[in-house]
Amino acid sequence: MLFTIRSLSYTYGQSPVLEEVSLDLQAGTFYGVLGPNGSGKTTFLDLLSGHKQPSTGNIRFRDRDLQEFSKRELAREIALVPQDYALSFPFRVEEIVLMGRYPHLPRFAAPSRPDLDLVAQALEQTGTAALRNRYITDLSGGEKQRVIFARALAQQTPVLLLDEATSNLDVKHGLQLLQLARRRNREDGSTILAVFHDVNQAACFCDVLLFFKQGRLVHCGPTAHVLTAQTLQSVFEVQARVFFEPELRARQVVFKPPETPELEASPEPDNDESLYTLEKAQAP
Amino acid sequence: MPSHQSRPARTFLLLAVLGAALPSAIVVASGMGYVSIPLWTVIKVIAAGISGQESALEKFQELYLTVVFDVRLPRILTAAAVGSGLALSGVVFQGLLLNPLADPYTLGVSAGAAFGASLALLLNVTLFGQYTVAVFAFAGASLTLAAVIFLSSSAGGVSSNNLILSGVIVTAILSAGISFFKYLAQERVSVIVFWLLGSFASSTWTDAGLTWLLTAAGFAVFLYFGRDLNLLCLGGRTASSLGVDPFKVRLILLLTGSCLAAACVSVSGIIGFVGLLVPHMMRSITGPDHYRLLPASLLVGGILLLGADTVTRSLLPAEVPIGVLTALIGGPFFCVIFRKRQMAL
Repeated sequence: MLFTIRSLSYTYGQSPVLEEVSLDLQAGTFYGVLGPNGSGKTTFLDLLSGHKQPSTGNIRFRDRDLQEFSKRELAREIALVPQDYALSFPFRVEEIVLMGRYPHLPRFAAPSRPDLDLVAQALEQTGTAALRNRYITDLSGGEKQRVIFARALAQQTPVLLLDEATSNLDVKHGLQLLQLARRRNREDGSTILAVFHDVNQAACFCDVLLFFKQGRLVHCGPTAHVLTAQTLQSVFEVQARVFFEPELRARQVVFKPPETPELEASPEPDNDESLYTLEKAQAP
Repeated sequence: MPSHQSRPARTFLLLAVLGAALPSAIVVASGMGYVSIPLWTVIKVIAAGISGQESALEKFQELYLTVVFDVRLPRILTAAAVGSGLALSGVVFQGLLLNPLADPYTLGVSAGAAFGASLALLLNVTLFGQYTVAVFAFAGASLTLAAVIFLSSSAGGVSSNNLILSGVIVTAILSAGISFFKYLAQERVSVIVFWLLGSFASSTWTDAGLTWLLTAAGFAVFLYFGRDLNLLCLGGRTASSLGVDPFKVRLILLLTGSCLAAACVSVSGIIGFVGLLVPHMMRSITGPDHYRLLPASLLVGGILLLGADTVTRSLLPAEVPIGVLTALIGGPFFCVIFRKRQMAL
């Protein structure tokens, strides 16, 4: 088991942010994390990446307590694409992406040829190669986000955490980056844990969905099982219709805006085609 | 990739030029002053003084030996060390606080030092002989720093906004205290005012040695954490995901930077703008990478403050307090840079 999480809680000051989360995360699975604002999704990622320490409960990573790992060991295992990033200083794009190699390099070592190749490859894959000599501070929000994504790719970790990594991006670039993450997942067996706001993107890419609400893990399971109108109603408190989209081979959702006529009741979609995900991912 | 070859080459060239400029500036400045000494003679005098072969000098040059070694060099070397130290800690504070407008005094180090020094001057304490004021200044700065870090630390560690805010609050309180001391001092107020304005006039070899030692030590610590500092510039969360313990490294660097700034303030008084301006200027030339920015700022900070001190010591008709001079030159200069940047956006 990659992560074994037991009665994980995190309290900030007096207020609980995460409460009693227990869960197993398997290697090689694409996980989607969904939930309303302030439901503890980002904190969950911060606890997994070791940035925050649990108030109670524990996380075991590769059968060792997460806190036993040094920061550098963890940075060679887990990469994070944050949603808010401070970029006050004019580093060049290439320098930023090269920082992804730092956890693999001794303190005063210059990057080797393979390091530079990985950087070039990451720039290429994210479509930012043309920006390599530009200052990060001069880029648009979407360009910055792709550069940060390139850094996480260059970090070459078996686990990739995406914290709303595509929320600043247009549809094309957003899908492109998620496709890159999926390719890592399918070809290298990387584990992806991505926080989404867009339920349909999550449904399209994720094997397993985790739903958080008010700091608790309320639903969790293969996308084809948990992504239902009832789940969405209970988590987001909105009415939705869930249907199977054959071309995507995935479930998709339409939401009903408040104060509009009731959605036509539709039967829950058949799982026959989307069941393929079940082979990869099993609910813990 | 040409960028990877040309950039170190350019940085190397810059550092080589600056590295030659600092000793040259020290030698040139040694010849300037009330007694003007020709350049070649200065070089001979310094060589004789260092090698101990004073007999090689002609009779009239022995006076120069005293002027250069007892009067000028301690002052020149202290000014250069303080300039370097302030510039270095400015670099580190700007990086740590994610704010290109931060300086070594942002966390109240200067106010703390000024408070300590004013107290010693007001009460006429002579506990540590001639170093009493410096010791009080250093203690004031350290206590202030401890208070600011305590104030700003929360459950999630120390955040840069909290640090800046706490620094502002504590500075405001201490400034009121200093004003009160000045009021109490009545006719002796001039002693406090002169100390606060900053001066190298009474610098000794001990001052020079101590400040260079601390500047060198600070430089070593900063370089050791240079890569971590680069990562911390991208925020604590990012740094953490790239293998840095943000809490630990921030604390080490904050303490080192503040101690360095406190030491500089305690030997020279409050000298503004060097710690703000030099890192700013250098960053636009070397880029924000600390392996390049730190050595460049060290050298330029030293050259600039030494230059400013030489101007006030030997060129101006009356000696202007160095803190006033740096603010008078640095302030408008900073306005120009700042305005240029605003227009470029």
